[in-house]
Amino acid sequence: MSPSADDIAVAAILIVVIAAYALFGGADFGGGIWDLLAGSAERGAAPRELIDESITPVWEGNHVWLVFILVLTWTAFPPAFAAIMTALFVPLAVSVLGIVLRGSGFAFRHTAERLRMRQLTGATFAAASLLTPFFMGTVIGAIATGQVPVHPGGNVLAAWTSPTAILTGFLFIAACAYISAVYLVLEARQRGRQDLMDYFSLRATAAGVVTGGLAGGTFAELSTSSPYVYGRLTGIALPLVAVSIAAGIAVLAMLWLRWYHAVFLRATAAIAVAAVVCGWGLAQYPYLFPTSLPLAVGSAPDASLVGEFVVAGLAVLLVVPGFALLYFLQQRRLLTAADSDADLRLAARLEPPPRGRPAAAPVAAGTRVATALVLALLAARAIRDVFSRPHPR
Amino acid sequence: MGAMAHVLAVNPVPARSQMGSSLGFHIILACFGIAFAAMCMIAEWIGIKRNDAAALLLARRWSKVMAVLVAVGAVSGTVLSYEMGLLWPGLMGRFGAALGGPFSFEGIFFFLEAIFVGVYLYGWKRLSPWAHWWSGMPIVVAGILGAMSVVAANSWMNSPAGFTLSHGKLTSVDPVSVFFNPSTPYETTHMLLAAYMVAGFLIAGVYAVGLLRGRRDRYHRLGFAIPFTVAGVLAPLQVLMGDVIARFIANQQPVKFAAMEYVLTTQRDAPEWLGGILINGKVYFGLSIPAFDSILVGFNPHTRVIGLNSVPAALQPPLPTLIHLSFDVMVGLGMFLFVLAAWQGWWWWFHRRLLLTPWFLVPAALSGVAAVTAMEAGWVVTEVGRQPWIVYHVLLVSDAVTPSSGVTVTLAVILVLYAILTVVSIGVPMIMSRRWRQETPAEEDVEQVPYGPAPTEARASAAGHPAPPAVPRASSRGPEAR
Repeated sequence: MSPSADDIAVAAILIVVIAAYALFGGADFGGGIWDLLAGSAERGAAPRELIDESITPVWEGNHVWLVFILVLTWTAFPPAFAAIMTALFVPLAVSVLGIVLRGSGFAFRHTAERLRMRQLTGATFAAASLLTPFFMGTVIGAIATGQVPVHPGGNVLAAWTSPTAILTGFLFIAACAYISAVYLVLEARQRGRQDLMDYFSLRATAAGVVTGGLAGGTFAELSTSSPYVYGRLTGIALPLVAVSIAAGIAVLAMLWLRWYHAVFLRATAAIAVAAVVCGWGLAQYPYLFPTSLPLAVGSAPDASLVGEFVVAGLAVLLVVPGFALLYFLQQRRLLTAADSDADLRLAARLEPPPRGRPAAAPVAAGTRVATALVLALLAARAIRDVFSRPHPR
Repeated sequence: MGAMAHVLAVNPVPARSQMGSSLGFHIILACFGIAFAAMCMIAEWIGIKRNDAAALLLARRWSKVMAVLVAVGAVSGTVLSYEMGLLWPGLMGRFGAALGGPFSFEGIFFFLEAIFVGVYLYGWKRLSPWAHWWSGMPIVVAGILGAMSVVAANSWMNSPAGFTLSHGKLTSVDPVSVFFNPSTPYETTHMLLAAYMVAGFLIAGVYAVGLLRGRRDRYHRLGFAIPFTVAGVLAPLQVLMGDVIARFIANQQPVKFAAMEYVLTTQRDAPEWLGGILINGKVYFGLSIPAFDSILVGFNPHTRVIGLNSVPAALQPPLPTLIHLSFDVMVGLGMFLFVLAAWQGWWWWFHRRLLLTPWFLVPAALSGVAAVTAMEAGWVVTEVGRQPWIVYHVLLVSDAVTPSSGVTVTLAVILVLYAILTVVSIGVPMIMSRRWRQETPAEEDVEQVPYGPAPTEARASAAGHPAPPAVPRASSRGPEAR
């Protein structure tokens, strides 16, 4: 039984959403990783500030892609969702714990006053940025190796602790760090911070090399752990793999040559990551779990899939322009924290408080009594109506 | 039913507790996500229209608190999305295709909310006043529509519609009927009103405390009046809505209603119980109003009300005492809030100024807590009352719960984590407000010595100079000035 056009279309949408999360959400995780590695409070102050400035206004929007992945999976592929959530309970629970810690750590860091508190919340944010991508990686590794049973009876520890899954976890961390460092080079450039450009360029190069190495390692592992996916990756999905490798090398070259082009560098780095995600999706086709759960078997009834197309259409109509506006404003540096309220505080105090001066003349006593009477009559009538209404049945 | 149940009986209590505590925590933050932006926008609108610095200051500070609460709400909402699958794979695997529709729409609105929260919070400085004001509008609209979508999904669990099953497998789905199931109009309206009331009364409560402490400047009066007006106007609507919904539940989910009202056997002249606990089929310590329950359900004492005994014991909701008392608490607190709002409304109508006596302000300061308690009690009624069903009359909770071990661990982690987050979510705005007050030491002076000499800061800025005290303050804040 081959998948219908609707099944394929929804699966394609899911892959696009996953790629978007990798590019936007992944970069925010990467920011947390560089924050973690930025060193002591003084030494790391400048890079931390840059990371903070570039993540703060956008991270919540970027985070929503994840919610979309979850919802899309459970709506379009309910059996797969249920099986993944059951078998991979542990890594998923840890990753969501990381999400909570990261989000709240980030939110509170901005309001924490004392250095110790700032360090604590900052460390929570940063450590969680390491935890979450790793465990998400093991989940994807477990799925790609076909280790998730279609009807699991409980946790399946072996699924996400296989060498492939663990390697994928590390690959996710490296990829987040890589994409984030590339973006941060450009953020630094925009602010004219030569020192930070060099700082993140070096890190982007290092992370790029590590990511490439880990990707190669995972790829080699797949040849034994998931022959089907490996076969497709070296077959029909090979062009995408090649694009990713080429884009990765191009980014390294650009960094080496210090050609920090705002569009090209960003786009090439993004292509390197997105191509891998798409390649993975293509390699799994036509299976949700290679080779135990085919797309056609695991898909929801057609009307649900059509509903998801409507949602995707709405997303293109509403969310894409919204994001465009957000990133436009952020890139133009129109979104900054309003640091001081001094102007308003002073202005607010200039106006002496009107002490109990009524804005209008008080209502006369007669009107007051009349109103009370009318209200009482209405209430009495309502009560009488309620009690005297004949029973319909 | 139960044909697809796991051979191994899984105890659903830890999973249920985890879902309940996660939802109970998130729902409070969700109220702020839904309603806080509207409060900010009202204050900002007053500020821009009337050139009122106090209102603008309120809007700006509120938006900073909103930033924290919305961020924590975003992650605790994500936890719920995960938990749908982690705790209830039996539900999602079978009905994910039906339940997913409303959630997908919610995703769109969540996106819009998150995007424009980013613009609104960080656009104060560099966007023009009206451009900034309009950037808040999508948050308000998305908050309302997003809440409706999520609550529609919960309504579907109470009155499932729009799908066909064959041999226990979902074969077709009508997403429109899923979204607009019979409970949707009632539940969504009830929750939206509740969200605005919770946020409104909570914020107003904070300023009521300030007013009680003698900070009676325009800043505090506005900070009280705006949210209290919003919440107070909605309070009577909520009372009416609650009455309508109770009658709807009596029709749609009679067994839930029977637990809410202690209707033990199907009967005419059913009494209305106020309070009381149910032990071995008898109500103790309760106040009974003869036939009043029948009157409330059908406007007639002879209306037949379906009792708990209409279904076998295994299909009756557990803990009827909890359900009934929660219902009473919700109704009682709802009436309290209504009376409070009417009192202020009465005073305003005849005197055209705020009623600020301690007699009013003390209960007003507690109104936020009351609103939260009422909402939580309401969720207890609807969720515990639906038990043992996860999808009413379609799927049992015990058939939906995960067979994975480890729920007790995640439950413990969630409880600890949310306890910390609760403390911090309350603590951070308190720290912020303390810091703000320290920034304005002269404000108290103005208040306490109305006829004394103007404080230096005010005089300086009145003369058009930058205020000297503000500068050292700003620099002493150090790295915070980001």
